[in-house]
Amino acid sequence: MNWETVIGLEVHVQLSTHSKIFSGASTAFGAEPNAQACDIDVALPGVLPVLNAAAVDKAVRLGLAVGATINPRSIFARKNYFYPDLPKGYQISQYEIPVVQGGSIDILVGEQPKTVQLTRAHLEEDAGKSLHEDFHGMTGIDLNRAGTPLLEIVSEPDMRGAAEAVAYGKALHALVRWLDICDGNMQEGSFRMDANVSVRPAGVATLGTRCEIKNLNSFRFLERAIDYEVRRQIEVLTDGGTIRQETRLYDPDRDETRAMRSKEDAHDYRYFPDPDLLPLEIDEAYLAQVRSSMPELPAQKRERFTSEFGLSVYDANLLTGSREMADYFEQAAAGLGGQAFKLVANWIGGALSARLNDEGIEITASKVSPVALRALVERIVDGTISGKIARDVFDAMWSGEGQVDEIIERRGLRQISDSGALDKLVDEVIASNGSQVADYRSGKAKAFNALVGQVMKASKGKANPQQVNDILRRKLDTGV
Amino acid sequence: MFQLSIADLSQCLARRECSSVELARLFLERIRTLNPGLNAVITLDEERTLAAAAAADRRIAAGESGPLTGIPILHKDIFLAKGWRTTCGSRMLENFIAPYDAHVVEKLDAAGMVNLGKTNMDEFAMGSSNETSWFGPVRNPWRLSAVPGGSSGGSASAVAARLAPCATGTDTGGSIRQPAALTGICGLKPTYGVASRYGMIAFASSLDQAGPMAKTAQDLALMLNAMAGFDARDSTSLEREPEDYTRELTRPIKGLRIGLPKEFFAEGVQPAVTKAVEAAIAQYRALGAEIVEVSLPNMGLSIPVYYVLAPAEASSNLARFDGVRYGHRAAEYTDLTDMYERTRAEGFGAEVRRRIMIGTYVLSHGYYDAYYIKAQRVRRLIAADFAAAFERCDVIMGPTSPTTAFELGSRTDDPVQMYLCDIYTIAVNLAGLPGLSIPAGFDAAGLPVGLQLIGDYFSEARLLNVAHQFQLASDWHVTMPSSFAA
Repeated sequence: MNWETVIGLEVHVQLSTHSKIFSGASTAFGAEPNAQACDIDVALPGVLPVLNAAAVDKAVRLGLAVGATINPRSIFARKNYFYPDLPKGYQISQYEIPVVQGGSIDILVGEQPKTVQLTRAHLEEDAGKSLHEDFHGMTGIDLNRAGTPLLEIVSEPDMRGAAEAVAYGKALHALVRWLDICDGNMQEGSFRMDANVSVRPAGVATLGTRCEIKNLNSFRFLERAIDYEVRRQIEVLTDGGTIRQETRLYDPDRDETRAMRSKEDAHDYRYFPDPDLLPLEIDEAYLAQVRSSMPELPAQKRERFTSEFGLSVYDANLLTGSREMADYFEQAAAGLGGQAFKLVANWIGGALSARLNDEGIEITASKVSPVALRALVERIVDGTISGKIARDVFDAMWSGEGQVDEIIERRGLRQISDSGALDKLVDEVIASNGSQVADYRSGKAKAFNALVGQVMKASKGKANPQQVNDILRRKLDTGV
Repeated sequence: MFQLSIADLSQCLARRECSSVELARLFLERIRTLNPGLNAVITLDEERTLAAAAAADRRIAAGESGPLTGIPILHKDIFLAKGWRTTCGSRMLENFIAPYDAHVVEKLDAAGMVNLGKTNMDEFAMGSSNETSWFGPVRNPWRLSAVPGGSSGGSASAVAARLAPCATGTDTGGSIRQPAALTGICGLKPTYGVASRYGMIAFASSLDQAGPMAKTAQDLALMLNAMAGFDARDSTSLEREPEDYTRELTRPIKGLRIGLPKEFFAEGVQPAVTKAVEAAIAQYRALGAEIVEVSLPNMGLSIPVYYVLAPAEASSNLARFDGVRYGHRAAEYTDLTDMYERTRAEGFGAEVRRRIMIGTYVLSHGYYDAYYIKAQRVRRLIAADFAAAFERCDVIMGPTSPTTAFELGSRTDDPVQMYLCDIYTIAVNLAGLPGLSIPAGFDAAGLPVGLQLIGDYFSEARLLNVAHQFQLASDWHVTMPSSFAA
C-alpha cells in the first residue's frame, strides 16, 4: 500500500523583547538561576500581570507578514495545571481568540513552490525550568525563563513529508529573524518545534490519528523524528494495529520517538479568561503604524532582485535567505550595472559565504564590507584584474591588507594587457613547448588549453586571458 | 481621644494638641488591653509603628503634612506591607513576611498614615463571619458571643471597639459592607478599578476591591482620596483624573431620588433590620429626598452566580500556594503530587478547600459552559438591572445585611445559610458598582443595623455626600459599644 504522510507544525517562537511578557524582568539568556525572576515571575501573593506592548507589536508583525487577520479583540486565558516550574499554577495564553488568525507562508521544496496555510498565532508566556541534576535527589527550579514571551505559530496539516516540514520550518525561521521578532537561536530554545504527524493510505481524504512530537530544536532532529515516526506508524498500521493519539519525545541519541503521555492522561486545563488582564484591543491606527514600520518582506525582495537586478530565481532566493544578506547585497550592488550584479551575487554566494562559514561569523561581521566588495567587482569589470587574481585580492582584503587598489598595486597584480609584453611571453612558451605545439598542429585541440595555461603561469596569472587566447591562436595558426 | 474621627484627630495634630507618637501609643495600648477579647488584630510591630509615627511628627513639624499624616490605621491582613507578616488569615502564609508594599498601603504610607498592625480576616477573604481564619474567630465588640461579619471582620471589630480610628478592608461580595453593618461602622466598596489591587492577595480578581472602613462618611472620603488612583501595575486599575471625594460632602440632598428595590425588602429580612432601614429612609425624606420604587429582577440570581464565578477565579488564584516557593510546605511527603496534596490540605482550611473544589468543578471540561459562561451572562443581566434602575434614581438604598450579628458557630455547619448573609451586597460586586454601609440603628438586643447605599459607577463622592448628610442628622455612627468606652 502507498502511504501519505500528513504533518502540521506548532512552533514556539521566543519574541526578542527586552523584558518579559507580563513583568519588567530581563529576558537575557544565561543569567545565574533565578537572577532574572522578579516578584511577578515568582508569583508572589498579590502580584498582577501587565502586558508588554513590545510582544504585541512583534506578534502583529508576524501576522501582517503572513497576510493573516489581526483580531481586533483577543483574549488572554489561564491554562491551569500544577508543576513546580509554573509559578502561578497557570500559564497565561491566548486560547479561544488569538491575536493572529490565518495567513500563509510560501516555501520552496527543492525547486518546487508550495504554500502552507497557518491556523493561528497566539501570545503566551513560557514556564521556568526544572533542573533534575546536581541537587542530590531533589529538583532545582530556575524561573529566569518564566514569563518569557512566546508566539506559538500553528500551521494547518499541509505538509506531506519531512522535507516539506523542514522547508516550512526553515522559511518560518528565516521570516521571524527577518522581521526581527526572534533571535532564532535554536540552541538557546528561541525556536522550538512540535510536529503533529499522521499517515493515511494514499487517496484517503480523512486524516489518520496523529502523534505530537514535542520540543524539536533543530531542523535535523525535525527531519529524523518525522522520518522515524512515519516509519513507526506505517509499521503499526501494516501490522493491523492502530495509532494511539499521544505526545512523543524524540531521542536523538537513539534516533527514535518515545511515548510521553497519551490523550487519556491529558490534563483538563480548565481554561477561562484571565480576569487580571483586559482583552487585547488592536485598532486600525495601530495596525497602520506597525504596517508602516514593516521591512520589505523576503518575497517582495526576491521579486525585485530578479526584476531590478536581473538575477536568477536561484540567486534571488539565496540572497534573501536573511535580511542581513539581502542588505549586504544591495549595498554592494549600489551604483553597479548589468553583468556586475550577477558577479556580486556570485561573490556573496561563493567566496564570502565560504569565509563566513569557515570562521562561523554572521555576514554583518564580514571582514570585507559591501563597499569593499563592490570595489573589487569594479576592478574585475574594468579589466584591471582577472577573476582568478580577484580571489587572491579578496583573501588579502579579508586578512586586512587594505583596499582593493592598494593591494593590486602593492602586489603588482594589474593584468597584463600590453600586447608587446604578451607577444614576448607567447613566443617564449611556443619556443619551449615544441611537442605541445606539434600536438596542436596535428589537431589535438586540448593542447591549446595547455599552452594557454603555460602563458598564464609564466605571467603569474596576470595576463589578460582573452588576449592570450587571441595572440596564441594567431601565432600558432598563422605563424605571425 | 479614641472616639475622635480622622478629621478631628487631624485637627489635634495640626494644633499640636497631640503628637502622632502619642496617638500610636494610645491605640497600641488599647489593642494590648482590649484585643485579647476580640482577636481583631493578629500582628503588631510596635517598633515599626512608632518609627512611622515619629516620621509623621517630623513631617507635621516641617509643615509637610496632609489630612491623614500621623493618623494610625490598621490594615486587613490581605494587603502586603513590606517587612510585615502577611497571612491572609491562612496557615498557608502563617510565616510569610511581605517583601513589598501593596499599592494601597504604599499610598496610605505616603499620605503619612501610621500602620498600627494587621487585622484578622476570614481565610483568603472567604467567609461572612470571620470564623474561617486560621488565627481563630473575631468577636463583635457589641456582643462578644456574636460574629463581627466578614471577611473584613478584624478591621470592622477593631474600628468598632476604637482600637484604631480606621482600617482598610476588601470587598469581593460584601466583605467591607457586611462587617461594617454588623459592627456599627462605615465601610465603602468603591467602583471596581478605583483602587489598585496590586499587593492585595487575590480571591476573585474580577470582584475584589479595596476600600476604607471608619467611623464616619467624612473619614471614608479622606481615606479614599489617598487609596484611589491609577496604578500601572494593575491592568484593571482605571486611568482617571484624580478626584476629591470630600468635595460634595456638604451638598444638600434636597431632591435626591432614592430608589428602593422591592427585592431588598423581601422575606428573610429581620423585622428589626427593616424597621431601622425604613426609619433611616424616613429621615432622608425629611431631609428632602424623594422615594422611587425600582426593581432589580435578577438580583435573586446573584448568589448562585457569585458562587460560580468567585470560586472559579479563586481556584486558579490560589494555585500558586503550592509549597514550592514560599508559604507552608508539608513536612513529609513521598513525591511531588503527595507534596502538593498534603501542603494544600494542611495549609488551607475547610471553607477555602470547599471553594477551590467548587471552582475547579465549574471550570472543568464539559461543565464550563453550563456554569461559568452562563453565570457570566447572568452577571451582565444583573448589571443591566442596575443601569435601568439608575435611570430613575440617584442612589439605591436598602439593608446591608438581612440580619444583625449572629452568634458564633450558629451558621458554620450550613454554608448556604452563611452565603445568604451577602444577599444584598453581592450584586453590587457583580456589577462593579460602588456601595456603602453606614450605621442606621440597633435591634432590640442592641446590635447595630447597617443601611446600604448603592450608586452608579464613579458616584463615590455623591454616595459619601448622602451618607454624610444623614450623619449630620443622626448619631448612630458615634454610638460605641459601652464595654469598650472606658
